[in-house]
Amino acid sequence: MDTSLLDISGAPDERVFKANDYKGPAARWCPGCGDFSILATTRRFLESEQLVPEKTLFVSGIGCSARFPHYLKTYGFHGIHGRALPLALGAKMRRPDLNVFVVMGDGDCTSIGAGHWIHGVRYNTNLTVLLLDNNIYGLTKKQTSPTTPVKYVTNTQPQGSYLNPLHPIAVTLGVANASFVAQTADWIPAHLLATMKAAQKHKGLSFIRILQRCPKWTVDIMDAKVKTPDEMMILNHENGITDAKVQKMYKNQMEHDPSDLDAARALTDMTSHIPLGLFYKNEDIPTYDELRRGKDFTTEEKMANIEIEFDRFAV
Amino acid sequence: MSTSPSASSEGAQEEYVKVITGLGDQTFTDHSCEVVSDAGEGAQKCGQGFGSLSAKMGNGAWTVEIIPAEIEPPPRTPGSTSGVGIRIGQNKVTNAGDSVKLVIAFNEQVLLSRHRVNSLADDCIILIDSKWSVHKNPKVVAEWDAAMEEMSTKGYQWIMVPLEDETLKIVENPKRGKNMFALGVLCHIYDRDVEIAKDQIAMAFRKKPQAVTDANHQLLEAGIAWAAENLDFRFLVPATPPTSELVVMNGNEAFGMGALAAGIDVCAMYPITPASSLSHYLAEVYDNFGGVVHQAEDEIGAIGVALGASYAGKTAMTITSGPGLALKAEFIGLALMAEIPLVVINVQRGGPSTGLPTKVEQSDLLCVLYGQPGDGPKVVIAPSTIEECFHIMTTARQIAETLRTTVFILSDANLATGVTPFERPKLEASWMAGPPDQTPVDPDSRPYEWDLDTGLSKRFIPGQRGGEHTVTGLNHDENSTVNYEPQKNELAHAMRSRKIAVFGETLNAPIPHGGDEGDILIIGWGSTRGSIEEAVDRARAKGLKASSLHLTFLSPLQPGISAVCERFKKILAVEINYSDDPDAPHITKDNRRRGQLAMLLRGQLLIDCGSWGKVPGAPLQPELLLKVIESNIPKA
Ligand SMILES: Cc1ncc(C[n+]2csc(CCOP(=O)(O)OP(=O)(O)O)c2C)c(N)n1
Ligand code: SF4
Ligand SMILES: [Mg+2]
Repeated sequence: MDTSLLDISGAPDERVFKANDYKGPAARWCPGCGDFSILATTRRFLESEQLVPEKTLFVSGIGCSARFPHYLKTYGFHGIHGRALPLALGAKMRRPDLNVFVVMGDGDCTSIGAGHWIHGVRYNTNLTVLLLDNNIYGLTKKQTSPTTPVKYVTNTQPQGSYLNPLHPIAVTLGVANASFVAQTADWIPAHLLATMKAAQKHKGLSFIRILQRCPKWTVDIMDAKVKTPDEMMILNHENGITDAKVQKMYKNQMEHDPSDLDAARALTDMTSHIPLGLFYKNEDIPTYDELRRGKDFTTEEKMANIEIEFDRFAV
Repeated sequence: MSTSPSASSEGAQEEYVKVITGLGDQTFTDHSCEVVSDAGEGAQKCGQGFGSLSAKMGNGAWTVEIIPAEIEPPPRTPGSTSGVGIRIGQNKVTNAGDSVKLVIAFNEQVLLSRHRVNSLADDCIILIDSKWSVHKNPKVVAEWDAAMEEMSTKGYQWIMVPLEDETLKIVENPKRGKNMFALGVLCHIYDRDVEIAKDQIAMAFRKKPQAVTDANHQLLEAGIAWAAENLDFRFLVPATPPTSELVVMNGNEAFGMGALAAGIDVCAMYPITPASSLSHYLAEVYDNFGGVVHQAEDEIGAIGVALGASYAGKTAMTITSGPGLALKAEFIGLALMAEIPLVVINVQRGGPSTGLPTKVEQSDLLCVLYGQPGDGPKVVIAPSTIEECFHIMTTARQIAETLRTTVFILSDANLATGVTPFERPKLEASWMAGPPDQTPVDPDSRPYEWDLDTGLSKRFIPGQRGGEHTVTGLNHDENSTVNYEPQKNELAHAMRSRKIAVFGETLNAPIPHGGDEGDILIIGWGSTRGSIEEAVDRARAKGLKASSLHLTFLSPLQPGISAVCERFKKILAVEINYSDDPDAPHITKDNRRRGQLAMLLRGQLLIDCGSWGKVPGAPLQPELLLKVIESNIPKA
C-alpha cells in the first residue's frame, strides 16, 4: 500500500463542493422513477460530507439502477451484472484513500450477485452499499426478481411469481460479520440522507436497502407503500438513525436498539409494518481492507527482499 | 538381475539381493530416472531433492511431478502413484526427456502404473522393494505375481532392494523414511555429492527437532552404504560447475517471484490445480512486499478484485486454470472494453470441464484468444521455460499498462510443476510498478483520448483531479459516455484492435531452430519448446532437413512467420491438444478438427499448416517427436 495516497487524502482541500458540483449528465430513467430521488439525495449527501469528487468512486453492476455512476461527477465504474462488489473490494482494498460506494439492483445483488453479496458482507470492507430494490428486473422489462412478491405477475411468471421473496435485510443479517444493516425508502429523502450519513460514519460495510419506486413495472407495489405512510414503522434509537423531520412525519415509531442482533432479525419478520431505520450495527468487526492492508515497502526494500527469496532458491 | 521376478520361487528375496549387472561405471551426457511411491511416502521429496542436488553440483536438471488424482488414494494401487521423474544432464536440460532408464519403486503397483503409461524404457533398471514378493498376505503376493506377469513383456532389469526392512532399522514408521534411503541409493548410483545432500536435508527439516535431521542423515547414509555394497554399476553424468549463480524452482514459483519483481501487489485467485501453488508461494512471502493474495469466493470474484485494484491504479493479476478461466470470460470482456490493464495467468490442465486436473495440456489457446463474447483483441504470451516464467511477469505488466489491455500468460502443468535451475536474475528497479499517477488530469484530455494512428490512450486513475468519469462496459466515446452510434462503435473497436497491431510491429521475427530452410518446419508454443528442439537436433544429426519455430506471442503473432514458412516444404504445428487423426473413420480433409495453433496459423496466415496434436496428459518426449518428424518429412 502507498501511504502517499493517504497523505493526499488528508491534505486540506480549499475547495467547497456544492451538490451541483457532483452533477453529471442528465439521468435517463423513466419519469417518476425512484432512482432520481436517490440520485438527488446522494448529491446532497456528498455535499454535506464534502467528499472530494476525485476521491469518490461509485461502482455499479448492470440494470436501471446501475446507470447511477454515469449521472454523478465523481469517478465511476459501471461494471457487469452482479459483480459490483468484487470491483469495489479490489479498489478499496488497495486504495484506502477512496470513498467507495456500491449501487446495485435487486436482481444484481440478490440473484446473480448473491455469492458476492454474502461474501461481501462477510469481508466487511469499508464500503457503503446501496441496494435499489424495486422488486423487479427493471432494465430487462419486468421479470421476477428474488424480491418480487409471491403471485406478482411478471413477464417470466405471468401466472404469478411462484416463490416467496427473500428478504435482503434478513439474509444480510444472517451473514457473519454483518456490521451495518439499514432500510430506507427513496420517497423519504430525509431518512435516506440520514441513513447515508450514518453509513459514512460507520467503519465497515454499510448495507442499505432502499425501497425504490418503479412506476414502469411495479407501480402498484410501491405506490401502495408511498400512499399509506402508516404502513411504515420508524426505528428510533440514540445509536440509530434519527431525523427530526421524519419523526414528525410518521405516526408509527418504535425504539430498536441496533446492537441487538436477535431483535434486528425478529424485525425482518414483521408483517404489519415496514420498519425503516438501522436494524443492526456493530463497530467492532474488523474490516477486510484493514486486515489486508499490509506494510509499505520502498522499491529498494522490495528488491532486497527478492534477493532473500533468490537466496532461498539458490543452487 | 532377472527378468520379471516371480514370488512363487522359494527364497525369492535372497536371490536378488546381491546384484550382478556387469555394467560397471558408465558415463552419459544425460540420464533420466523416476522415484515412485504410494501417495504420502515421500517419493516427491526424494526426487525433488535429487534434482536440486544435481543442479547444485552443476548438472542440468529437469524434474516432473507424478501426482495422484486423490489426496490419500488407497495404497498399493496404480492410482496412488506419487513421485518424480528426474532428468539430469551434462549441459542445460530443457525438457523431461524420453522414457526413463532407471526407477526406484516402493511397490509393484505404483511401478505398474508407470509401465502402463510407457514411462519406462524397454531396458529400464528397476529397483524395487523386495518385501511384497514375500509378503505374509497371499493377496499381496498374488498382486505381485500378476504385476510381474503384466510387465514381463518388457526387458526390464530387476534389482530387489530391502527398502522397508533397512529403513525400519533406523525409524519406526517406514512411510517417513524410505524416501531418504532411496535418495541414498540414487546418490551412490549417480555419484552425488553427499555433503550437499546432507545440507539439503538439514535445510528441509530446519523447523523440526534436530533428531529428525539426524535420522534422515542416517537413512541417507544407509541407502548409500547398501548401494555401495550391493550394486556393481554407477551412472556418471559429469557436471560442469556453474559459471554464474543459479536458482532452482518450479514454474509457479518463478511466476510468483516474477510478480514480486514486477511490483505486482495483488494476486486474486480461487483455488484450482495446477495454478494454486503459485498463490501458496506468494501467500508465504507477500507480507514482505506489502502484497495481498486474495482468495475470493469464486473465480469471478477473483478477477473482479484484480480488475478493481488495477482500475484504482495498483498492479494486479488473477491466476487460474481451465474451469476457472471459463468463469472469468465476462470480466475479461469488461476489462477489454473499459481498457483497464490486467494480467491473467492461466496454468492450463487437461480439458474440457474438470478434465485432467493435474496433467499437461495446451487446450486453452483458442479459448483465451476468443473466449469472451464479442471481439476481444488482447495480448497472449506463453513462456517456454521456467526462467521465462520469471521474466514474463515484468513484460506482461508493462504491456498491460502501456496498451491498457489484458495480457494472458499461458503456462501449463509441465512448467508449473517442473523444476529446473536457471541463471539468477539481476533485478532492476525499473521492472517494478510505480505508484498510481495522482497528478491532476490535463483539462483538454479525455479518458479515451485515442491516438487515431496507434489506438493508444492514457487512462485516468481515481484520485486524479479533473479526471472524473465513469468507465463502462457499454460502448462509449472518448469521454467514456455511453454511445450507440455505428461510427463510434466502429471507432472504439478499431482502436482496441489497432493498439494490438501496433504492438505487434515492435516484436522481433521468430528465428527458426535448426536451419533457415529445409523440408519440414515444426511450429510449437509454450512448454513443448525444449522437446521439439531436441527432436529437431536429433533429426538433423540423422541428416534430415528439419527445423522448428517457437512462438512466444500468440496474439499478436510475431511478424515474419509466413516468410519463414515459405522456405520449408512442409509446415507442421505440434501441440498438446486434441486433433482428429486424419486416418480416423469419418475424418476428411474438410471436416478434420485440427490442433489449436494449426487453426490459428491457417486462419491468420493463410498457410497450409499441418497439425499434429495429441492429449497424452504428459509432456511430449523428444524420441516420439523425432518419429513424428520422420514420418511427416516430405518424400523426395
Ligand atoms: C450476465 C448477465 N445476465 C443478464 C443480463 C441482463 N440483465 C441486465 S439488467 C438485468 C436485471 C436488472 O434488474 P435489477 O438488478 O433488479 O436492476 P433494475 O434494472 O431493476 O434496477 C438483467 C437480467 C446481463 N446484463 N448480464
Ligand atoms: S424501468 Fe423502473 S427502475 Fe427502470 S428506469 Fe423505469 S421506472 Fe426506473
Ligand atoms: Mg430491480
